[in-house]
Amino acid sequence: MSGSPDMKTAYALELKDVRKSFGKTEIIRGVNLAVQAGERVAVIGPNGAGKSTLFNLISGRFGPSSGEVLLHGQRIDGKKPYEINRMGLSRSFQITNIFPKLSVFENLRCAVLWSLGYRYTFFKFLADLEDANDRTEQLLEMIRLEKKRDVLAMNLTYAEQRALEIGITIAGGASVILLDEPTAGMSKSETARFIHLIREVTEGKTLLTVEHDMGVVFGLADKIAVVVYGEVIAFDTPEAVRANAKVQEAYLGSTVADAQAGGST
Amino acid sequence: MATQYYEFKPYNVGRWIVWGFFALILFLAPKVFTSSLSVTMLSQMGIAIIACLSYNMLLGQGGMLSFGHAVYSGLGSYMAIHALNMVSKGTLPIPVSLLPIVGGFAGLGFAVLFGFVTTRKAGTPFAMITLGMAELVFAMSLMFSEFFGGEAGVSGNRVVGQPFFGISFGPSTQVYYLIAVYTFVCVALMFAFTRTPLGRILNAVRDNPERVEFIGYNTQRVRYMAFIISGFFAGIAGGLGTILFEIVTAEVVGAHRSGAYLLFTFLGGATFFFGPIIGGVLMVLASVLLSELTKAWLLYLGLIFLFMVMYAPGGIASLIMMNLRVASFGFLRKLWVSYLGLAVSALVLLLGAAVMIEMVYHLQLNAAMGPTLRFVGIDLNTQSLDHWFGAIFVLLTGLGLFELCRRHYQHDWGVIQEDIEKEIKRRETL
Repeated sequence: MSGSPDMKTAYALELKDVRKSFGKTEIIRGVNLAVQAGERVAVIGPNGAGKSTLFNLISGRFGPSSGEVLLHGQRIDGKKPYEINRMGLSRSFQITNIFPKLSVFENLRCAVLWSLGYRYTFFKFLADLEDANDRTEQLLEMIRLEKKRDVLAMNLTYAEQRALEIGITIAGGASVILLDEPTAGMSKSETARFIHLIREVTEGKTLLTVEHDMGVVFGLADKIAVVVYGEVIAFDTPEAVRANAKVQEAYLGSTVADAQAGGST
Repeated sequence: MATQYYEFKPYNVGRWIVWGFFALILFLAPKVFTSSLSVTMLSQMGIAIIACLSYNMLLGQGGMLSFGHAVYSGLGSYMAIHALNMVSKGTLPIPVSLLPIVGGFAGLGFAVLFGFVTTRKAGTPFAMITLGMAELVFAMSLMFSEFFGGEAGVSGNRVVGQPFFGISFGPSTQVYYLIAVYTFVCVALMFAFTRTPLGRILNAVRDNPERVEFIGYNTQRVRYMAFIISGFFAGIAGGLGTILFEIVTAEVVGAHRSGAYLLFTFLGGATFFFGPIIGGVLMVLASVLLSELTKAWLLYLGLIFLFMVMYAPGGIASLIMMNLRVASFGFLRKLWVSYLGLAVSALVLLLGAAVMIEMVYHLQLNAAMGPTLRFVGIDLNTQSLDHWFGAIFVLLTGLGLFELCRRHYQHDWGVIQEDIEKEIKRRETL
């Protein structure tokens, strides 16, 4: 999964002049971004700025119209989601995207299988896969859902489902993690706890996250990428971004107000 | 109530008991039901069980609604009958008992071929493509009569070669036991499949294909592989059918057969592994006994299907499991009055409906035999207004009573579910 030889030289994730159009409308208008291994990057920007589209381009949900996306120095643009995932990039979704009719344990185990090399095996019993089962139990503990082990995912509370979503995302041991609004729809106290959890489970990994809560952003991220109208207008440390006049003018003031009003989608 | 699914978790001891019990039933069934009709029916049940379970690998476990599953069982049947005739001629040196495997590989081969196209898509496009594929194969069966045998079909003789330890497959009980062994092994293998990585990922593909793409799996590939495995077991069912009937006609690849697999798998219950086993048994009971009992059997079947889809979309298996859950918390005795009410009112409703259906059918089909018919011990006169009104009265009374009982039951059921939730909470805090 991790530890590929070019990690020393190459960026964990690099976007070179990435563009995406839907019909005539250009949604992503030449994004350049270089994220070093182990960095935590918060992607912020107003609604409709193209944050989720950017995540979809990186994770292979759809390919960019032009430009390059590199994962540890290897091109991944145009590859299928499962190919990108196998190369060590995993993502979560803004709208909870789990396996509703499987138990919490099964949800996580499904996400573990490929990385342990079980692929499309149908001549081994799941119950006998000790490494997969151990890893799954470990994940259950990490996301604090041990007590809900055998509950069907659709019967979990919203916050628990969000935690499971994170669990599925990190299960395969990907080195680059993309979290699309992990705390969307959560209360203040839940968010605080959840951010703590995210910090814990993504320790040592490269993290990109879309986040609306400014308090969270400044607490969690090493760097902030500000996306406005399909472009990255700033990519720097939180302090520098906060001081950036262009950012303040274009975006920050309004979202701080948004965040205080409790508005997040 | 409809969207609740419960995982069936056999413990190790329980598992041995369940499988032992299954083997025992398979072994004892022809000793209890000894008539030649019942032995044939039991044989058909075994075949139907394999076919429905293989179908449920697609429908229940993979969320793939196939309208053409008979293609794979049917082509398995055809390959097996041609293989049987080659055995008769002495050109193929395999024992008759292995013919189902030939059928299985035929099903597998055609699933590899056709599945490559059908499983590219999921959901409605998948369903439509399987429908087209089924029509295609059925049309071909009428065109290539060398292979499909035209109207008369292809026949063979299963009693070929030297008897092996006295087993010649002449007597129908010998055929039954061959089918029983295949049934047991296939059911066990298909159950084992649900416990493997591919089997579990197939469930994940059913639930949320998009997410599966982001945990490293190619969903097309998962569907394709499941489709192939399902085709293999369908082919085995087809091959067993060849040995049982010794004749294969084009209807085995027809839409009727595919529809029956779908209908009875659904009736039995697609959400649980054992649902299609119930479905397979019902399939034979309906097509052999019910069709003997009344000419309107397809109509009754349609009505039952309608009722199940409306009130118990999880099929019989999920009804059983939901009640077992209630029983495990000791609440089942609170429900028996409701169940009695439901059963009695349903019977009244059925009586009213059945009398009308039978009178209509009598008018349509047997008018030449006079206006009277005998149904469940009642003399009915299709010319008498009283009898029609009587039937309508019984029907409406039944309907009203049933609705009352249903509401009562629904209320009771809701209360019990709440009690169970409370009980679970209480146990959690202990």
